[in-house]
Order: sequence, then structure tokens, then C-alpha cells
Amino acid sequence: MYGHVLRAQIRSQTQYRMSFVVEVIGSVVINGLDLATVFVLFSVAGSLGGFGGTEVLLLTTLSACAFAVADLVVGNADKLRDYVRTGLFDTLLLRPLSALWQLLAVNFAPRRVGRAVQGLVLYVVALAIADIDWDLARAVYAVGAPVAGAVFFGSFFIAGSTVAFWWVESGEMANAFTYGGKDFSAYPSTMYDGWFRTVFASALGFGFVAYLPTLALVGRADPLGAPDWLRWCSPVTALIAAALAALFWRTGVRHYRSTGS
Amino acid sequence: MLSASWALAGAGFRRYATYRQATVAGIFTNSVFGFLRCYVLLAVAAGTAAGVAGYTGPQLATYVWVGQGMLAVVNSWTMLDLADRVRSGDITADLLRPIDPLWTYLWTDLGRAGFAMLTRFAAPLVVGALAFELYAPAHAVTYVLFAVSIVLAVVVGFACRYLVGLTAFWLLDIRGVSMIWVFLSGVGSGLYFPLALLPDWLSTFLWIGTPFASLLQGPLDILVERGGPEILALQLFWAVALLWACRVVQARAVAKLVIQGG
Repeated sequence: MYGHVLRAQIRSQTQYRMSFVVEVIGSVVINGLDLATVFVLFSVAGSLGGFGGTEVLLLTTLSACAFAVADLVVGNADKLRDYVRTGLFDTLLLRPLSALWQLLAVNFAPRRVGRAVQGLVLYVVALAIADIDWDLARAVYAVGAPVAGAVFFGSFFIAGSTVAFWWVESGEMANAFTYGGKDFSAYPSTMYDGWFRTVFASALGFGFVAYLPTLALVGRADPLGAPDWLRWCSPVTALIAAALAALFWRTGVRHYRSTGS
Repeated sequence: MLSASWALAGAGFRRYATYRQATVAGIFTNSVFGFLRCYVLLAVAAGTAAGVAGYTGPQLATYVWVGQGMLAVVNSWTMLDLADRVRSGDITADLLRPIDPLWTYLWTDLGRAGFAMLTRFAAPLVVGALAFELYAPAHAVTYVLFAVSIVLAVVVGFACRYLVGLTAFWLLDIRGVSMIWVFLSGVGSGLYFPLALLPDWLSTFLWIGTPFASLLQGPLDILVERGGPEILALQLFWAVALLWACRVVQARAVAKLVIQGG
């Protein structure tokens, strides 16, 4: 069922081929620019937060890859705002399918595929040139970490858009945690400081997206003092985040009162 | 004419003053990004003896936080509704009014920027000042230059977005053009890092050859006293040149206007 909706959506969005191509290329270029920013800052100091070139590259591409995949699959959840404001959400609830998956399928944006592929390719390149002492655990984690990161970012996308059930004008605020979380995890946590680092890296858990997995892959202890086993825990935090987001979404749907129009 | 301008600016101010929740959400987001960018730039500065292109720590902090505040004032990410009115044909009603739509939009946008100064600009600055050591300008005249510079930045940003909107007369759909604009104005204006970090030829080109540096980098360099009246002259040049371009392009657009829906 969702497959039908998805296919229809992909067909309709690729109808204007030129416009679609321009949008795909545009988003790839903008994503490349994010990485270029990291490179410019890296070239100024020759290291970032005590990490060398291949380590920073691995960390940044891991975060970018995880975010791009999350953005592709659930990034369109923020359309919920319009559904709640106009009362269109009623139509999703009336159909015998999950409202969340309908929302995601109907608003699926295939133009984001370009960015996800780009992120994946760069991550693989970073893995290849990084100084990693390969063993089975690391090989599994190299595959699992971007998946866990994507689930983690996805949870924030869902949770951020769910706020719209209570507060329709909240749009920009969710960006602080989705795009802000992406920016945070694109750099080593050692670059941040004070309560801000505690909140973003530990309390919200963005340290688990790229920073701790990178430490595990290259075999470095955390300069900030996290125990070694914690570096391997990003799948656990991703599952916790996903469970909380799902719970929040359910609460939101129960709270939903139609506009009645 | 003058009283009409004030009325339009007042209307722009009041219109945005009604979006209170969106203003609070925006301030929160700008502040989070202020922390992110500030920590990153300060860490880069701490990691190198040469400093970040000659910026001291407090100068960088001011650069980031005032930059976050100015983002909403210059507002280069939000397009004018000009393109929608061209597509729907409503623009014909605007062209019939006694004031050229260019000036109507400009004054309304200045009113919007005025409201943004009091809220979106001021609040992140307070947050930044509480959390970091900011750079206080040594000369009183700097504040005056900075104030003029912000007004010019708003005008330059407005004229660019108006030009983007005018392309709707030919393209009808401006998504592609506005995407290119958002991309170029973001990186070219120094939003992510000071332009001085780029190779000389590239930063010189962005300063002189494009209006982007006039949006953020120019006013910010005036505030941290790395530049003075010469930046204002550059901004003034771009403001006049772009407004003139708006007039020329609009005249051509109107000449070929086809009214949708008869």
C-alpha cells in the first residue's frame, strides 16, 4: 500500500525532469558546502579539537551520511504543521493505515536521494583512508553506526514535528535540534564546552551519532573521559530515542483536535 | 510620498509583530546556532598560534552572535511574496497603485527589519553576551557606522530578493533561482566563517565582485573594527546598483506582462 503511494509520489515529482535534476544537483552542492566548511576550518588550525585529518573526515562524513539518510526517509515529517493547521490531518486518520507512514509516504521527496548517496559514498571513502585496525566488531559497527545515527536523527525529526500538535508555529524551533544536531555532530565534541556540551553531547545524545563511534573505529579513548564501552553504544541510544519519539507521536495524535473546517 | 512610506514601513513592522510565537521560536534557534558556531570558531582559534585570520577570540564571538542576530534582520532566506503575486496575476493590481511596487515592497521590508532589530537581533546578542566575552568597539563612531551599515545591508538584501522575485515574470516558478540565491548568499556573506579564511583571490572576489559580503561580512567587520567607511561606500554602491537593476528589470517585465486569467 505504502509502495503505491511512494511510487505515485516519485512519478509525480520527477515529471518536471529539468526542475528535478536542478534540485538534486542543488542539494548535493549545498551538502558539499557543509563539508567544505569543515575543511576550511580544519585547514586554518591543522587539526580540529585534537583530531587529525582522517579522523575528522570520518566523523564529519559519518554525521553527514546519517543525517542525509534520516532526512530522506523522515525529513518531510515537518509537513505535519500544515496538516494540523489546515485540518488535513483528518484525512490521514480516516484511512486504515498508520498516519505517520502515510504522512511520510505522501510527502516523500526523491530529490533528497542525491544527498544520501553522496553522504554514503563520502563515508565509504573516509572509512577507506582512515587508520582503522579492522576486526569483526569494527566492521559491524562501521555499518551499524550510520544506521543508528540515521534512526537517531529521524527520532528528532519526528519528535520535532510532533510538537505541532500543541504548537503550530513551532517550526523553526525543531531546526535547532535537527539541523543543530547535525552541526553539533559534524565536529568533535571536544570543540564544545560547558553546559552546552553536556546538553547536546550527553543529555540529548548527539555525541553518540559520530563522535563516539569514530573513537571506537579508530581505537582512541575519549579525551573527555567517557568509558571505552560507551563508545560502542550508539545503537542503544538510537533505539531509546526512537522509542521516545514513537511514544511522543502517539501522545500527540491522541491530543489532536481537528480544526473542524 | 513620505507619509505613505512611513505608513508602509509601519505596516511591515506591525505585520511581523503579530507573529509572536514564530519570533520566540526563531530567537531560540538562532541562539542554539550561535552557541554551535561560536564554540567551533573559538576552538579553531585556540588550536592555532596564528589566530583565525587576525580575529581575536572576542571578535570571533561578536562575529558569530551579531551574525546570528543579523540573519533575521537581513532575512535573505525568506523570499518576498512578489513571485506569488506575479504567478497569480495579482501584481496587476499592485502596478495600478500610485506607488511603484518596488518602493512599496522596500518600505514594508524596512519596517519588517525594524521589528527584527528589536527582537531577533537584540535577544541572541544578550544570550551571547551572557555566555561569552564579546568585543566592545573602542570608538563611539563605530556604532553609528554599524547602524548605517545594517540599513544598507537590509536594502542590498531586499534588492537581491526583489530581483529573484522578478524572474517569476519569465519563469513563473522561482524555486530553482531562489535555491541558487540562498546557497550563494549563505556562503558568500560570511555566515559560516569569516571570508578572510578563504584564499585571497576568492575573498577579494566575493567582497568586490558580488553583493554578498555587503549582507553580513561588511557590517560585522565594521562592528569589530576591521574596516570603516570604505565598507559603507561599497555597500552604498551595491544598494544603488541593485535598486537600479530592479527598476530596469521591472520595466522590461511589465513591458512583456501577460495577465493570467484575462
